[in-house]
Amino acid sequence: MTTLVIAEHTNSELLPSTLNTVAAAKFLGNDIHVLVAGHNADSVAEAAAKVEGVAKVIAVNDEKLEHALAENVANLTVELAEGYSHILAPATTFGKNFMPRVAAKLDVQMISDIVSVESDDTFKRPVYAGNAIATVQSADNVKVVTVRATAFDAVAAEGGSADVDSKTLSSGFEKSSFVGQELTESERPELTGAKVIISGGRGMQSGENFHMLEEIADKLGAAVGASRAAVDAGFVPNDYQVGQTGKIVAPELYIAVGISGAIQHLAGMKDSKVIVAINKDEEAPIFQVADYGLVADLFKVLPELKEAL
Amino acid sequence: MKILVAVKRVIDYNVKVRVKADNTGVETANVKMSMNPFCEIAVEEAVRLKEQGVASEIIVASIGPQQSQETLRTALALGADRAILVKTDEEVQPLAVSKILKELVNKESPDMVILGKQTIDGDNNQTGQMLSALLDWPQGTFASKVVVEDGKVNVTREIDGGLETVALQLPAVVTTDLRLNEPRFASLPNIMKAKKKTLDETTPDELGVDISPRVKTLKVESPPAREAGIKVESVDELVEKLKNEAKVI
Ligand SMILES: Cc1cc2nc3c(=O)[nH]c(=O)nc-3n(C[C@H](O)[C@H](O)[C@H](O)COP(=O)(O)OP(=O)(O)OC[C@H]3O[C@@H](n4cnc5c(N)ncnc54)[C@H](O)[C@@H]3O)c2cc1C
Ligand SMILES: Nc1ncnc2c1ncn2[C@@H]1O[C@H](COP(=O)(O)O)[C@@H](O)[C@H]1O
Repeated sequence: MTTLVIAEHTNSELLPSTLNTVAAAKFLGNDIHVLVAGHNADSVAEAAAKVEGVAKVIAVNDEKLEHALAENVANLTVELAEGYSHILAPATTFGKNFMPRVAAKLDVQMISDIVSVESDDTFKRPVYAGNAIATVQSADNVKVVTVRATAFDAVAAEGGSADVDSKTLSSGFEKSSFVGQELTESERPELTGAKVIISGGRGMQSGENFHMLEEIADKLGAAVGASRAAVDAGFVPNDYQVGQTGKIVAPELYIAVGISGAIQHLAGMKDSKVIVAINKDEEAPIFQVADYGLVADLFKVLPELKEAL
Repeated sequence: MKILVAVKRVIDYNVKVRVKADNTGVETANVKMSMNPFCEIAVEEAVRLKEQGVASEIIVASIGPQQSQETLRTALALGADRAILVKTDEEVQPLAVSKILKELVNKESPDMVILGKQTIDGDNNQTGQMLSALLDWPQGTFASKVVVEDGKVNVTREIDGGLETVALQLPAVVTTDLRLNEPRFASLPNIMKAKKKTLDETTPDELGVDISPRVKTLKVESPPAREAGIKVESVDELVEKLKNEAKVI
């Protein structure tokens, strides 16, 4: 049995979510192949070949794969699927976008967002915003699975020496095309990989006030996140959102500032190692999961915190 | 242009979901049910496209038990024109849902299908993509903006790095993200009017779709509980604890 992992990358860099997905694949005990589908992405294929535990890399370079349109990545994966018992990708917006297409074309019921591998056909996954954990068993021939990155410690990026096998994309999907993107530029670490995260909620009152969080983030080498309410209010861009329907994070330290702690927010951060909550309402549900709670006005204590660090 | 919207009845997002003592599932007895929030956004978007003169007819469909009628009536009150209930008391997994929706698409020939990106019960985030694959249609998932022009739709998508825009030839599948719109509330007169709108019923059998589950749920458990910690009195105490007790800074 062999597992195919679909790599997430930027055409120049292999993204860490791929290392977490390979980690999940290792629990299956099969040989692991990695598909790098991109455009001018040779450096990514080389990087994937060095990843610990990878037996083979399949590199497919084509202009049509540059923006990882779901239709193209899925069709390619389906073409390559024969002989694989498991197909895995990270449960990021990349994996969520194309993997269900792969499953549908293979007539398989996909399993989303696993947090553990129990056996070659049985997995655990959160449901109801993480209020319950379901153990599910697949009866399909091929298992099509997305992996929650925070639940699996990344494998080493170095140490492997897999062969790279180049293949070509047979045809592109004509009915969709990439128009453009607006990526959030930041010097700070990426949210899902950050060791420390400081997030703001509606209590921050404005986008300008997020500077107070950014200053602290810079002192801690932290990423900045937000609740849905802060994103909806336009304080920060959508990719800051942590939660059930945003990003799932599990840093060493998560500091929630002016966030009430709605279940949908907790779903995205309650696996953090240490949680700090700063909120002026001592009844706020966030305190039920916080290791250290500070009942205070954030406008008073954030400047103090900046000084104290 | 005709739009098909898929809506699911789920446990209301405000309910604190509890796992059953026998670990077979979650408590659903006497629990408030509502339309999945992402489906509400899907209905709202279709209604806005109709108000803009882009769409001419909105059909809503739901697959589920008899009570899903209520969810469909809500969609009709929000502005959908007619509804289809595909009735079953069985669990229907996303692959089967998408096969049923494909049959409805074949019957109704919509130019666009709008779905939620995710149901908040199963948290699958699969159905729209699967439907689009089965139809071999283009897809625009996690939409925060939808613009229809000249036989195509431009969809701005919420992705991990920010936003991305794709252009899709119609017919296409779109799935909604939170920022696409803010759903309206149904007015009383519209709720009354909705009672008179057509609601047809069919079954997976009649549509020729096998819905037997492929994935079996062996067990449903509560997640490991997180103990509430302590309250600190000051920033200094907090920083001291983070340094010396938790050792995370
Ligand atoms: C389908 C669906 C999906 C969702 N997905 C997500 C998701 O992925 N992520 C997410 O975060 N939410 C999500 N939500 C929204 C969620 O239910 C909450 O509405 C949201 O998390 C609330 O954000 P908040 O805590 O910032 O705002 P509020 O609940 O308004 O809380 C603001 C907090 O700030 C405190 N505060 C105010 N002023 C100060 C001050 N000066 N000093 C200190 N504290 C102060 C208040 O006491 C309050 O506790 C989702 C909802 C739905 C329906
Ligand atoms: N039983 C159902 N009936 C109608 N629509 C559904 C059903 N299940 C899922 N959907 C649609 O598919 C979307 C995504 O669901 P899921 O893939 O289950 O997360 C939902 O927001 C609905 O639009």
